[in-house]
Amino acid sequence: MRRILFENLARRPLTEAPPPKDDAALAELAASVDRAARRRLGRSLSIREVDAGSCNGCELEIHALNNAFYDLERFGLRFVASPRHADVLLVTGPVTRNMREALERTYNATPDPKWVVAVGDCARDGGIFAGSYAVAGGVSQVVPVDLHIGGCPPSPLQLLKGLLALLEQKPDR
Amino acid sequence: MALIDTIEGENVAGHRPWPRVVVSERTWHLAAGQLSAGQWQLLGLWGDAGAVHMAVLDGSAGEIAVLTFLCKGGTFPSIGAVHPPAIRPERAIRDLYGLDPIGAPDRRPWLDLGFWSVEHPLGARRDAAPARAPYDFLPVEGESLHQIPVGPVHAGIIEPGHFRFTANGEAVVRLEQRLGYVHKGIESLMAGAPIDKAARLAGRTSGDSTVAYAVAFARAVEAALQIEAPARALYLRALMAELERLANHFGDIGAICNDASFSLMHAQCGILRERTLRAADACFGHRLMMDCVVPGGVAHDLSANGVARVSTLLDEIRRVFPKLIELYDNTASLQDRTATTGVLRPEFARQFAAGGYVGRASGRAFDARKTPGYAPYDQLEFDVPVLDAGDVNARVWIRIREVEQSLALIEQILRRLPDGPTHMTLATAGAGEGLGLAEGFRGDVLVWLRIEDGRVARCHLRDPSWFQWPLLEAAIEGNIVADFPLCNKSFNCSYSGHDL
Repeated sequence: MRRILFENLARRPLTEAPPPKDDAALAELAASVDRAARRRLGRSLSIREVDAGSCNGCELEIHALNNAFYDLERFGLRFVASPRHADVLLVTGPVTRNMREALERTYNATPDPKWVVAVGDCARDGGIFAGSYAVAGGVSQVVPVDLHIGGCPPSPLQLLKGLLALLEQKPDR
Repeated sequence: MALIDTIEGENVAGHRPWPRVVVSERTWHLAAGQLSAGQWQLLGLWGDAGAVHMAVLDGSAGEIAVLTFLCKGGTFPSIGAVHPPAIRPERAIRDLYGLDPIGAPDRRPWLDLGFWSVEHPLGARRDAAPARAPYDFLPVEGESLHQIPVGPVHAGIIEPGHFRFTANGEAVVRLEQRLGYVHKGIESLMAGAPIDKAARLAGRTSGDSTVAYAVAFARAVEAALQIEAPARALYLRALMAELERLANHFGDIGAICNDASFSLMHAQCGILRERTLRAADACFGHRLMMDCVVPGGVAHDLSANGVARVSTLLDEIRRVFPKLIELYDNTASLQDRTATTGVLRPEFARQFAAGGYVGRASGRAFDARKTPGYAPYDQLEFDVPVLDAGDVNARVWIRIREVEQSLALIEQILRRLPDGPTHMTLATAGAGEGLGLAEGFRGDVLVWLRIEDGRVARCHLRDPSWFQWPLLEAAIEGNIVADFPLCNKSFNCSYSGHDL
């Protein structure tokens, strides 16, 4: 273990920003997410992820936000285990009828102020799963949504952009 | 004697590549006996209009057949009555089709949690106001027992499902799963859909296995329509499938260690996973390679710098991964958590025909790439690692060994990649029935379908998790509650793939 730790100590970080020359967009994003998060929430934004019917593709990319390349926590954005601790619900999937009540209860368990971000094409309107007897529809059919992040699934970079948009555009609550 | 010769009944024309036989009640019972005796293994059990189909594997001969029982009067003799792996599929058949398994040991609903506005949505569909009866969890009796209900919304970034633990102090006495929360009605959406739309649905049955599902679906379509994808497309599919296997195994190995609070492995494996996804994106235009495999071939040829990108990826993995294996193997505190934890006994893996690392860590060597086998794997050299210990540690080691095999496979694929077309057009008015198997990172994915007038009339998708989830209930017994995340992650069953 020591060898790997020493090697990593001697190596430059993999983290994409700030400021990688080969990926200007992410560097720009990194800085602005940081500023906005500080302004609104004092460098703290807690996110509770809720899978309301996803195929699990979105979960994979949301997970990637925590890897060494995107390292979400450096912006003060972090995932929490309980809706009671959350400022943002990150909801994926078409909302299945079987998950509708669980999503409503999670939303109600989240203290104000709170924002809901619907992630993925099927979270907008059910996407490819729309019209099924088992699907209630997009997330906004069940709880109020502040922002949609499209993509199937959205890449980690798109997710980061979306969180920035939320911070930039939503009025204080 | 071939498996098919032992099954008496009426052979259905146009079912490929393996036979489908409509059988009598007597033969259906005989088949149940063969399954129960371990002569055959259950590959799938699903409903259709007025019938149930059962795919079986004769393991010793490597042969597959589909048995069909016509449900006159809406009933069929329960297979689950003598062969427990069939219990959950039969509960699902009853929910979706209203076909009643006579003699079934468990008559509770499975996918229908009481929130739909229809009853038996795929069968004699009937509008019904949601009737929510309380769900009877299995009784547990004894002194000093307490229950821990978990989910459907879990603490991590994972899929929803409910776990009901009964514990005596720290020790788990019983785990009972309740699934179905992410049931999207995929099979109903597929009925009547054009093939390209159905292919996109298949690729979103379980996002982590999108390539495996797309391959199994494409193979089923191609079998039904009697076409063969071009050689280059077959090799590119295998390249995608091995990249998908690598990415998922890296993710799993890291996440299992993370659940033992060893975050260094998680961080390092996360880097390898991200590099793999980026290479996939550079080669095929999508990080998870969704919709890249299509019936008839592949959607895009490998990008111009694809071979170079993959070679660079392989070099990086070969440089870093051995050090991580050494780290895993030499960290006593980590081994203390994974070794002898969550043991799945080989007889259960055999009985349930558990695929993937769950089966292979418990002595079951099945791998769809070998048996029944499909192109191009029949032209490539690789080993299927098998262990007997059945613990979390063994499931980690199977993944490690499979990473090594996938690296060797990708090298062979790049070396032998044929030139030529990557796609052929499907006939617009084709018809037929097809069965496709593909080995995903989690195990064998089965797709069965019937095509009429160039559209999908009926399609069933069977995730490997169907025969792995029940085994997690067995593996956790006697372990401490705190080891559940570790055991669960080492199985890494799909909720979406199971719930459909």
